[in-house]
Amino acid sequence: MELEGTRQIRAAPDLVWAAILNPEALKTCIPGCESLTGSPEEGFEAVVVQKVGPVKARFNGQVTLSDIVEGQSLTLTGEGKGGPAGFAKGGAKVRLEPEEGGTLLSYTVEAKVGGKLAQLGSRLIDGFAKKLAEDFFERLKTAVEPPEEASEAEKEAAEDSEGTGPGDTPEGGRKKGWFKRMIG
Amino acid sequence: MPKDGIGAPMKRREDLRFLAGDGRYTDDINLHGQAYVWFLRSDVAHGRITRLDTAAAAAMPGVLRVITAEDFAHAGGMITAWQVTNRDGTPQAEPKHPILAEGKVRHIGEPIAGVVAETLEQARDAAEAIELEIEELPAVVDMAAALAPGAPKLHEDIDSNLCFDWGFVDDNKAKVDAAFESAHHVTTLELVNNRCVANAMEPRAAIGLYDRPMDHYTLYTTSQNPHVIRLVMGTFTLQIPEHKLRVVAPDVGGGFGSKIYNYNEECFVTHAAKLVGRPVKWTATRSEAFISDAQGRDHVTKIQLALDKDGMFLAFRTETMANLGAYLRLFATVTPTYLHGPAAGGPYRTPVAHVHVKGVFTNTVPVDAYRGAGRPEGSYQLERVVDKAAREMGIDQAEIRRRNFVKPEEFPYQTPMAVVYDSGNYHATLDKLLELSDYAGFAKRRAESEARGKLRGFGFSTWVEASGLAPSRLIGALGARAGLYESATVRVNPTGGISVLTGTHSHGQGHETVFAQIVADKLGIDAGLVDIVHGDSDKTPFGMGTYGSRSAAVGGSAIAKATDKIIAKAKKIAAHLLEASDADIEVADGKFTVAGTDKAVDWATICLTAYVPHNYPMETLEPGLEETAFYDPANFVYPAGAYGCEVEVDPDTGAVTVMRFVAADDFGVVLNPVVVAGQQHGGIAQGISQALLEHTVYDESGQLVSGSLMDYAILRAGDVPGFTVDHSCVTRCEHNPLGVKGCGEAGAIGAPPAVVNAVVDALQAGGYGIKDIDMPLTPSRVWAAMHEG
Repeated sequence: MELEGTRQIRAAPDLVWAAILNPEALKTCIPGCESLTGSPEEGFEAVVVQKVGPVKARFNGQVTLSDIVEGQSLTLTGEGKGGPAGFAKGGAKVRLEPEEGGTLLSYTVEAKVGGKLAQLGSRLIDGFAKKLAEDFFERLKTAVEPPEEASEAEKEAAEDSEGTGPGDTPEGGRKKGWFKRMIG
Repeated sequence: MPKDGIGAPMKRREDLRFLAGDGRYTDDINLHGQAYVWFLRSDVAHGRITRLDTAAAAAMPGVLRVITAEDFAHAGGMITAWQVTNRDGTPQAEPKHPILAEGKVRHIGEPIAGVVAETLEQARDAAEAIELEIEELPAVVDMAAALAPGAPKLHEDIDSNLCFDWGFVDDNKAKVDAAFESAHHVTTLELVNNRCVANAMEPRAAIGLYDRPMDHYTLYTTSQNPHVIRLVMGTFTLQIPEHKLRVVAPDVGGGFGSKIYNYNEECFVTHAAKLVGRPVKWTATRSEAFISDAQGRDHVTKIQLALDKDGMFLAFRTETMANLGAYLRLFATVTPTYLHGPAAGGPYRTPVAHVHVKGVFTNTVPVDAYRGAGRPEGSYQLERVVDKAAREMGIDQAEIRRRNFVKPEEFPYQTPMAVVYDSGNYHATLDKLLELSDYAGFAKRRAESEARGKLRGFGFSTWVEASGLAPSRLIGALGARAGLYESATVRVNPTGGISVLTGTHSHGQGHETVFAQIVADKLGIDAGLVDIVHGDSDKTPFGMGTYGSRSAAVGGSAIAKATDKIIAKAKKIAAHLLEASDADIEVADGKFTVAGTDKAVDWATICLTAYVPHNYPMETLEPGLEETAFYDPANFVYPAGAYGCEVEVDPDTGAVTVMRFVAADDFGVVLNPVVVAGQQHGGIAQGISQALLEHTVYDESGQLVSGSLMDYAILRAGDVPGFTVDHSCVTRCEHNPLGVKGCGEAGAIGAPPAVVNAVVDALQAGGYGIKDIDMPLTPSRVWAAMHEG
């Protein structure tokens, strides 16, 4: 199964690129990611909790980056073992193109499951992978875009939660542009 | 005549306990100190095990031992019961089938290690702590791909993925090809016989027990044939001699073939019980059943039928690939060969035929016999090609069959497929079908359906099978590594009650009722005096178990023979008591009477005399009254039937509704019409289920993607109408003492082609030129076929 999609991101390609290579940003962008360590060169170790249909599992796996064309495109490949639930593998080819006001990010994603996940969840996998990919790129967009003009109340709310790290907000939604602030 | 003798519609006695929830299944058995095993199974279809570290798992709470292939170094692989010879004279390929994976995994679900722990939960948790790494290898699922040069190879110890290349009857090949050369018409059909998961209601289970002081093992297991398991698992795989192993198969909730074979888990618990010094129990989850029970069917076939200008069959030939899965189970190679070929000619007089089957290894769960075992595949391909030929030549479906049937006066009939049909009357069953199905009124029913916007079709299937397995000398010549006789002991107790010990096994068939009727009938006593004992190798004489519709024809015949021996001895006792010659003693209504007189002794007196022999012909007769018989059939039995299925197809959605189903069967003498009707209903339901719903799907990497009852559809009672079943057309089996043929697999053999032919008929009548359509006929497939044509 392959999925395709695009995102218009109001941030420069180099910022988006930096986010994709950054473990902290990746951790926030991967839905259900409990931890992610490593580096773009060495690859990342990740722990991700996901639920596919009736099967919920904690996947221990690797995320590797390959086919890197600096600032333009790369392939993210992940493979996770979920113990008795089986395994999940997937990859995303990501391409960044500058466009007016920011970046056009386009992606193709494929996902595959094995073991009990395949036995029980195959018919759900397409929808699951689609949602997972959409969540990932939406979070990435949120991480790198500058904050919109927010109301005073929202600004206050954002300041109140300053003490928590970006990875602790599962939607990553309230901290618009946090990635730039973090690296800036 | 006793009221519950042969032919009486006696209700199944065993149902009292089954319906009340009082059955005693393997999982109901709990032994003192028992531990539990959870299996770590492969979640990839093909791969090399690069790391298997059990240390952390072994240290987990409650874990007694983590067992891997190393613990079975002394054991052999699991065996297969038949050696098929290739067309070139070489033997089939038999790669090793280890109990636990040895360095490689070859299908989803293959067991790699077993964790034995105090509780099932602890075993499960610890299994997660096993450090396992598998280097995934390319998997091959498609049979043609598996045979292609350069295909991923499953087994290092054989040359390719080809297990056998078998032709039957190979000597006829040239004659068959010549008949095609000169034929007026040739009909060709390519089809797939879809893979099924047996899905017995009771999942498999096993408990191993080891008695150290006695050096004796006991295995409780969900088996159709405990003695076979004792022999093949004990002697050949674990190397435990028979007298040191007891195998008990208590109540078993359905088998359909899937519980014939010796399984990895049975071997495991038996040996593990010794390793940990505790009984070890395993009960499959439904998920495990999907990936570890042997699956059924999975043939890809091209069949051709040659006809003359009158629609008379001149010859047929097939090219089949039979999927064996990753390993051979017990009947894996005989099922698509000698259980398939001999009856592949059906009820027709076709002079010559050739069946060519290649058995192929793929990275899928092993395939073996499943209700009908090779014969459903035979009847399906033949009845579909006959149906197509009739359409192509413009001959009525009933007429083309009638024209080609073996005639009633031609029995015994030597077929071109080596076997001799001893009896039958195919015209009679077809006539009965036409009558019961009101075939004459079909046009009216079709018009009525059309008025409602539905397409209606009528599908025929006239079939014959070879069952009642099997004449030992014949099958020995064909490569069987066992005999297929059956045993019975009739043990008369001192006060007249009788225990009948049989080597067959009942897992839904109703033996406890029907076998009692045989004995009661012969002795003229109440069936309530007779109990049936089965399923325990320590109690029953060596017997081969239940499959291949053999229990009545072979097991029942053994019981009849043993009862005859009892009668012969009882007559001698009666003759002594009555001061007459035993040749003059007659048996009726439980009385032994001197012919032509009113001098008689009753059954109770005979029994008491045998065991309290104060007045007894001790010089010429042993005391006691117990006899054992082994019965080896002289031939297969050849049940036959004519099935008619009427369907409606919704042209908007492709949905198929079975409107009527009529089965007119000839099972020979009917021992109990209620039990026979039950077998007919169950078999037909299973056949319709295969035709419309069941489908086992692997993705290209060998993942089973229809691995639960959420995705694998099985027929429910509400999906079909009530069936009309008939077994009044009786031709006696000519060679067994009861005159019986088999009925257990009939429905699953006869129903699928009737259903598919009915759908083809409906679509063609509706103006859709359907070329190919394969089971299962799901709405999407039917709709696609309608719009491709």
